[in-house]
Amino acid sequence: MIAELSHFALFVALIASCCQAILPLYGSLAKREPRAAWLMASADMFTIIAGFTVLFAFSGLVWSFISSDFSVALVTNHSHSAKPLIYKISGTWGNHEGSLLLWIVILVLFSMGLSLSKQQMHSVLKARVLAVQGIVTTAFLAFSLFTSNPFTRLDPAPLDGRGLNPILQDIGLAMHPPMLYLGYVGLSMAFAFAVAGLIDGRVDKDWARVMRPWVSAAWCALTLGIALGSWWAYYELGWGGWWFWDPVENASLMPWLAATALLHSSLVVEKTGQLKSWTILLAIIAFSLSLVGTFIVRSGLLTSVHSFASDPARGVFILGILLVAIGIPLALFAWRGPQLVSLKQTQLISREAGLIANNFLLTAATLIVLIGTFYPLALEVATGARITVGPPYFDATFTPVMSVLVVCMAIGPLLVWRSGITPSARTTLAAACIGASLASLAGLSLVNGLSAAAIAGLGLAGWLGISVISDLLFRIKPFRPGARLQRLKLISGPVWGMWVAHFGMVIFLIGALGEGLFQTEVITRAKPGDTIMLAGQEAKFTGVEARRGPNYQTETAVIDLFENGRQMTTLYPEKRFYPAARQTTTEAAIRTRLSGDHYIVLGDGDAEKGYTLRLYHKPLVSFIWLGTIFMALGGGIAILRRRPALKKTVEPA
Amino acid sequence: MTGKSKRLAVFAVIAAMLSGGVFLIMSALQDNIVLFFTPSELTPEKMTARQLRIGGLVEEGSVQIDGLQARFSITDSAAVVSVLYTGALPDLFREGQGIIAQGKFENNIFRAENVLAKHDETYMPREVAESLKEQGVWKGDSSK
Repeated sequence: MIAELSHFALFVALIASCCQAILPLYGSLAKREPRAAWLMASADMFTIIAGFTVLFAFSGLVWSFISSDFSVALVTNHSHSAKPLIYKISGTWGNHEGSLLLWIVILVLFSMGLSLSKQQMHSVLKARVLAVQGIVTTAFLAFSLFTSNPFTRLDPAPLDGRGLNPILQDIGLAMHPPMLYLGYVGLSMAFAFAVAGLIDGRVDKDWARVMRPWVSAAWCALTLGIALGSWWAYYELGWGGWWFWDPVENASLMPWLAATALLHSSLVVEKTGQLKSWTILLAIIAFSLSLVGTFIVRSGLLTSVHSFASDPARGVFILGILLVAIGIPLALFAWRGPQLVSLKQTQLISREAGLIANNFLLTAATLIVLIGTFYPLALEVATGARITVGPPYFDATFTPVMSVLVVCMAIGPLLVWRSGITPSARTTLAAACIGASLASLAGLSLVNGLSAAAIAGLGLAGWLGISVISDLLFRIKPFRPGARLQRLKLISGPVWGMWVAHFGMVIFLIGALGEGLFQTEVITRAKPGDTIMLAGQEAKFTGVEARRGPNYQTETAVIDLFENGRQMTTLYPEKRFYPAARQTTTEAAIRTRLSGDHYIVLGDGDAEKGYTLRLYHKPLVSFIWLGTIFMALGGGIAILRRRPALKKTVEPA
Repeated sequence: MTGKSKRLAVFAVIAAMLSGGVFLIMSALQDNIVLFFTPSELTPEKMTARQLRIGGLVEEGSVQIDGLQARFSITDSAAVVSVLYTGALPDLFREGQGIIAQGKFENNIFRAENVLAKHDETYMPREVAESLKEQGVWKGDSSK
């Protein structure tokens, strides 16, 4: 019953979002329509109706999973009654149909957010943005209902489900897709603003002011979503790495790079009214890359652990949505774009120029990832040759571009809008140079035979870190007496956000460099009783015992970790066998400290011949994810502590 | 300079930078691609590559494990490649399983640096599934 009601609710949502797409847009375009104002205002009503019906349908699906209703095909295929509650819930989106519905849920949440927000904006703009959101919602609801219905029934209902892939039964992975989707779908708002702006060509500072918080929100979620995915891959796959340049990872990195560029270019629009056409193009590109990220990957075109299904009808539908979502806005852009080009001169030494450099580098980085990800696909289609593009390509291309970007990240904030530099810029840059040299020297003295790239990397972390701190100190002047609090208050939220986010990049660099340059790896065959040396510590392998989990059986190795004869901890890496799915997984055991992780993986073997063990010491690896949390925090501060817009009438004249 | 010629110059600079950038990217790409072959597709010329990937089934009865070292053969039923690998094998590595090994040839033995078998029991790496279908050896469903 619940499944049928939910299915019906999705149809109601389809009709509502159709109305949300058409009526307000018609109202905003029809000049002689007497009910134009009413039509535009109706966008709110339809947004709310579509929103609540989609939420109802999604709750219905979640309920089917929680109550293990195996008469619903999706539940049978992806759940099992013996699964812990949290993974029954996360099983809802651990499959194609459910993840698509989650995608739509987040889409309507963003629409409702805009509809209910107290942001001051032009009513015509609001109506059009909601209409574009309505178009996107309609397309995806149709996709869900006509090709990927999550509520298909099974008759007779089986006694139990086929379980969820055990490596997907994990807290990191339960949170990763919703967070990532929040980012992907959040970029639909930027897209909607871009298309709305293209319809009448009214793109101005106010347009950017209203759009920016939505881009920031999407960017924060995307940052955290990617970080969660990387963290999951780190501890769950047992390969010891945190980024593999896998097509699926690349697919999430591309929209992030584009969104980062968008975040910075829309700042230029908001402050000076320049870069309008570029910002619009970037918004369209960012959302297109999100669509590619979600759907090309999930359609199974790119080989990966993440691909769910390869049904040709779905592939065609996805391709259709992609072509329309990219094609029509680009056509609009070709028509309107030239009118938006501002002819103001930009000074070479100005904040605008710095942000243009930022956009140039981020666009180049996006292009590099795009080519590296899709070249194998294109080559296979063209010649039939099957290739992979691995980390060496990205090391040779992506890393240098990002390094230049980090150099610029220290300089950009020292530039002033229109022309010139801040009074403290020279001192700050000198301090940054010293910071860079000290970091490089420290690395050289700690480790023998560092590569030039490693030394440069350390230098970059020192350079950016010192410049952010110095810039902050010069603006706050904590050592000058009097009115300290006043000075703190003078600094706006977005500036704080920038500092925190940029400093997050420094923390991230420290983690990536620590893990990359100083890690120790030992692969060995050990018998119970053996002791293995790992980066100055001793790992004593006691043996392997059989254990039982809620829905699996294990082989668990017991390994005591000693430092200078003192026991630090006992680690239990294990292999799990899930009878329901008839699968084995490997669970790494990790001792996490801020100073570094000890990471042990149990391989195959037996007590006679010994077990294969992989042991790692990864200094500072947690800083990688800590850095991304800082970045997201910076984005959050920038949204929440924005100064309200100057009071003025925003209704049309 | 007039406005028009200035804009032309800016456009020329951007175009030059873009084509230069794409050229650099493509040359980095050419140096770093890793080709995939099945055992029967290999030729002596292809075996000289710095890095390549070989995919197929682990031949029945070919696996010998000695400590950390594993010797086994990859087959697509038409040809066989001997593989030597040092390190931890993936969970689902076993005889008859579809796998991909990455590495290079030394004296006609493929020294693998990496062995991949995906986490799903019924999973077959896409490249392996396709080439086995071409050979007519395996008729399973690759989408599982």
